[in-house]
Amino acid sequence: MSRHQDIRNLDYQDVLDDYEGYSEEEDELSSKDRALMTQGTADVQAALGVEASKVTKAQIEEALWHYYYDVDKSVAYLVSKFISPPQKTAKVVELPPTTTSNTHRPSCSHFFQDMPWGNIPRDRETVFIPPQLPRGGLLGGSGPGPKMSKLQMLAAARKKKAEEKSLQEKVGNTQAKLTELSIQQDRPAKENIPLAGGFGKRLKTSETTSEGRSPIATTEPKRPEQHQPVSKDGPEDTVQPPTEVEKIPEAPIAKPSAFAQTLFGSDSASSKPQHQELFTPPHASFSESFLDAFSKPSPDDLVLAAQAKAGKKTPAAQKKKGASSTNAVTNDVKALKIEETPLPKSRNLNVLSEFERSKKKKTASFVVVGHVDAGKSTMMGRLLLELNVVDQRTVDKLRQEAEKIGKSSFALAWVLDQRTEERVRGVTIDIATNRFETDTTAFTILDAPGHRDFIPNMIAGASQADFAILVIDASTGAFESGLKGQTKEHSLLIRSMGVSRIIVAINKLDTVGWSQERFDEIKHQVSGFLSGTGFQLKNVAFVPVSGLNGDNLVHKSSDPAASWYTGATLVEELEASEPSARALAKPLRMTIADVFRTPQSPLTIFGRIDSGSLQMGDPLLVQPSGEKAYIKSLLVDEEPADWAVAGHSVVVHLSNIDAIHVRVGDIVCDPNKPIQCVDTFKLKVLAFDFLIPMPLDVHRGRLHAPGKIESLDALLDKVTGGVTKKKPRCVKAGSVARITVKLGSKVPLEAGMRIVLRSGGDTVAAGLLE
Amino acid sequence: MRFVSKKQTLEAIDAETAVALLPVEPEDMWHANNLIAVGDIVKAHAIRKVTQTSSTGSTLSERVHTDLTIRVTSTFFDPAASALHVSGTVVRENAFVNIGQHHTLDLELNRPFTIWKSTGWDSVALQTLQEALNDDKPDALVAVVMQAGFANICLISEFQTVIKQRVESSVPAKRLEGKDKSEGMKGFYEKTLSTLLRAVDFSTPRPLLLASPGFVAQDFRAYIQSEGARRADKRLQRIAKDAVVVHSTTGHVYALNEVLKSPEVQATMRDKKFTNETSLMDQFFDRMRRDDGRAWYGAKPVEKAVMEGAVGRGGGVLLINNAFFRSMDIPTRKRYVALVDKVKEDGGEAKVLSSDHESGQRLDSLGGIAAILTYPIFDLDEDDDDQEGEADAGDGAAGTMVI
Repeated sequence: MSRHQDIRNLDYQDVLDDYEGYSEEEDELSSKDRALMTQGTADVQAALGVEASKVTKAQIEEALWHYYYDVDKSVAYLVSKFISPPQKTAKVVELPPTTTSNTHRPSCSHFFQDMPWGNIPRDRETVFIPPQLPRGGLLGGSGPGPKMSKLQMLAAARKKKAEEKSLQEKVGNTQAKLTELSIQQDRPAKENIPLAGGFGKRLKTSETTSEGRSPIATTEPKRPEQHQPVSKDGPEDTVQPPTEVEKIPEAPIAKPSAFAQTLFGSDSASSKPQHQELFTPPHASFSESFLDAFSKPSPDDLVLAAQAKAGKKTPAAQKKKGASSTNAVTNDVKALKIEETPLPKSRNLNVLSEFERSKKKKTASFVVVGHVDAGKSTMMGRLLLELNVVDQRTVDKLRQEAEKIGKSSFALAWVLDQRTEERVRGVTIDIATNRFETDTTAFTILDAPGHRDFIPNMIAGASQADFAILVIDASTGAFESGLKGQTKEHSLLIRSMGVSRIIVAINKLDTVGWSQERFDEIKHQVSGFLSGTGFQLKNVAFVPVSGLNGDNLVHKSSDPAASWYTGATLVEELEASEPSARALAKPLRMTIADVFRTPQSPLTIFGRIDSGSLQMGDPLLVQPSGEKAYIKSLLVDEEPADWAVAGHSVVVHLSNIDAIHVRVGDIVCDPNKPIQCVDTFKLKVLAFDFLIPMPLDVHRGRLHAPGKIESLDALLDKVTGGVTKKKPRCVKAGSVARITVKLGSKVPLEAGMRIVLRSGGDTVAAGLLE
Repeated sequence: MRFVSKKQTLEAIDAETAVALLPVEPEDMWHANNLIAVGDIVKAHAIRKVTQTSSTGSTLSERVHTDLTIRVTSTFFDPAASALHVSGTVVRENAFVNIGQHHTLDLELNRPFTIWKSTGWDSVALQTLQEALNDDKPDALVAVVMQAGFANICLISEFQTVIKQRVESSVPAKRLEGKDKSEGMKGFYEKTLSTLLRAVDFSTPRPLLLASPGFVAQDFRAYIQSEGARRADKRLQRIAKDAVVVHSTTGHVYALNEVLKSPEVQATMRDKKFTNETSLMDQFFDRMRRDDGRAWYGAKPVEKAVMEGAVGRGGGVLLINNAFFRSMDIPTRKRYVALVDKVKEDGGEAKVLSSDHESGQRLDSLGGIAAILTYPIFDLDEDDDDQEGEADAGDGAAGTMVI
């Protein structure tokens, strides 16, 4: 029904305009008109030039008539209508099903008997569901709009195209006729005759409308042949049916009458095949039209799609088929909605069960420590090269660059030492993170700086590690100085950070000719020292390696001098190491190791989850600022993920927080179970140096804050933990004590955290927060 | 600071004298803060709002300039602004105030004030006054203690270390996929330099110390140099040239210790009070570490040692924080003044450390008083334990040692 209304309204103005001379026939054109017409046709043809062949004279004439001999307008019309896009009026094609519902009505039953779709009333009814009625002011004949609304134009155009496409496929051979006849469809498209045809009753009740419609007929005289009958005024259907009936039986393949075309919009292309089939086996055609009806998107869909399109102001020309474009549009609309939502939606996953289900490789991270210049970075560079994480080309390039500044032996270290100052000075300054995978485990390397000035960075790295590789320089003199230096301090730190598994890589053994005695000597000294530090020897492994050449890293050494070593390679030892159990079920805690800017979010943080889990959309609390943020998205091992659990190193894109509230060393936690910020706390420490109340640095992961020992509360027994002396005057190296530490500002800390106390560039104590 | 009267001399001050002083430079406020103790009487210029009620009941309030004399109940010193506020009750009434009314005097530069010491001018007070009257004051030393990401700009003067400004700038950590960090560091240097120039007046050449772990200070100096060259700024170039780069183990303020005892600083500032104090504190810590029985801290052991005469000729040093004196009630103060006098009598050295210096703060954490003895004594804290050892008896719950 809506269709009828639309159509009727479309030409309402035309209708009125033409009303005056409505009864005029083609033949009755005044001589003046004729002259104008001839002139106009010639003009138009001239204007069209070569293109003129694409339009028939009749089309030109019609256009001229329509535009009152305005040549320019006619040309524009013709070009747009016939020349550039060969198309048909959608309305016309759409019409046939609409009329079918009323075939049973006695008044016009004869009229519809030849209609193949006549027996499918359902079909029609659905088409006519009128939710569109209120749109576009197109209701009723009183609508002021002489033109279609943009929406409807769009819909019409789209429909036309879709229709045409499918039809062309079906009836390729009628192409020529199609163009010929299209002019006829074009006009009827704007008429509301079908309405009258379909609804006899309505016609009777609305005499005026039919009268109003009839003037259109006067526009048709321009059209060739069969049009005369239409021009008769009054209810067309009464006149019409006979002609239709007569014609069709004559030649099923013949063109339908012009009026039929006008009426049902069944232009040559669309109606013909239907007719053909209709008269041989009625059911076949029936089914075809039926199929047809559903193969295309329903008018409603089209309109919806068009509306959606119009809303988005996309160009009207849509190349896709209706259905797919509709989907696309709906998707687009959905997408739009998602963008509008202010906060990322949490998917409310049960992360722990997801984690159990995901058969991910186990993840482990290890820190590489040792005295400065022990070859930590070089060894890791070589390891990455042999595992094909970096390619030979990169290393060659680095070697060239290194040679330029006369440090070619640093090329491998430069794989990890990427900062200019690190390269120029040849030392690692900050923790370098890299990752590689073996068959069983995904490893994260944390390459720590060995220089004593950068121990805070090393602590930051060690706090993220499951186990450690202690690199020892075996060359003469270097081992001895290292043991006094950072070899010792690092192992103390690692131990106090809670790392119990340690792999001792005795490096640069190639410089001493793979001497087994040297290896054994070092092994003996180091194991003695490590057990003194509190490592259990079963957790300590020794591997002789050459970081520069790569012996015993991934592959066994090929050097015959090293054949005495039959144990595992470094990577094998790594794989044999079992990462410590993760505190998955505890509340979320993550120390921010880095804050930076990414395209995804101006505020992106990186860190390792200490305990608990997080997922996309989760709210987070950043301490000590106490600001809330939301997880926009996150990356686990550089892959986008929905969730992450303790032990994962994650990159989290935050939203709804200002960068000023997030600093390196802050703790991200669950807002429901936040971590408390304290400035005074009691610690149970193992003193590495002599302690009296004094100022010092408090380190916890990336966090470091100045503070002081406020009081020495008690000396404790090393084994039982019982108090041996209250309020000692000082705490000597090696003893265990309970002390109170006061910080200059509040920092997020909670019981059970491992704290390192440093003063004057030395680690003076490490312990547990109580 | 100087006497208002030219005739006044330090020697002429006896216990009861009213001393009129004229502060002339900001640091004098700090001295004044050390001189003025609770209970003293201070007379100074004041501005007071006075409300008068006329016979018709209407009120008229006006600000009047007057001299007020108050008995001090508290003082507040703002080191950054060098402002001293002295609160108390009026003890001498005049046309605008009655006795007992409260007033807070804001001591101002170049306006004289007069002090009557409630306890009389004891040796410690006189020593403070002497220090305050010393005209020969070297320039304050500017130190920037820094680390990648933050810097503390400090002004070290004879008696104070003022943290003028703290600069914080987030420097992205090293990431493999990320670009070079130097960008972040450059931003940090830029911020630090502009803050430094704003916070400190470099119009006359003055020493600048740059201290950091690693290479930050070095790079910062190079940055100042290159900025000076780029902007063709002679002043910046001179600053860079004069700057002394010192290694420190951290960028936090307490690293000033290391800065002040570094050979670079010692060479240029050998005879400054604060360098002496720093080295004394280091000596003390050294002895503590060695546990040779010659270093003691805390009120009781030190008092005992002094009474025994162990802090005397031949290396005995008594270290007291000046904040220790400031916060004391009169009897305790008397006791500690007596202690100081005893040490001096014995031929030892009695040092009042400025609590506004790093060394003073170290001493502060030790309870504000420490001594290096002439000879070792080992049992000074024995009975000490019996007296106050019960404080946290409940704390000793045994747990399995994790460490």
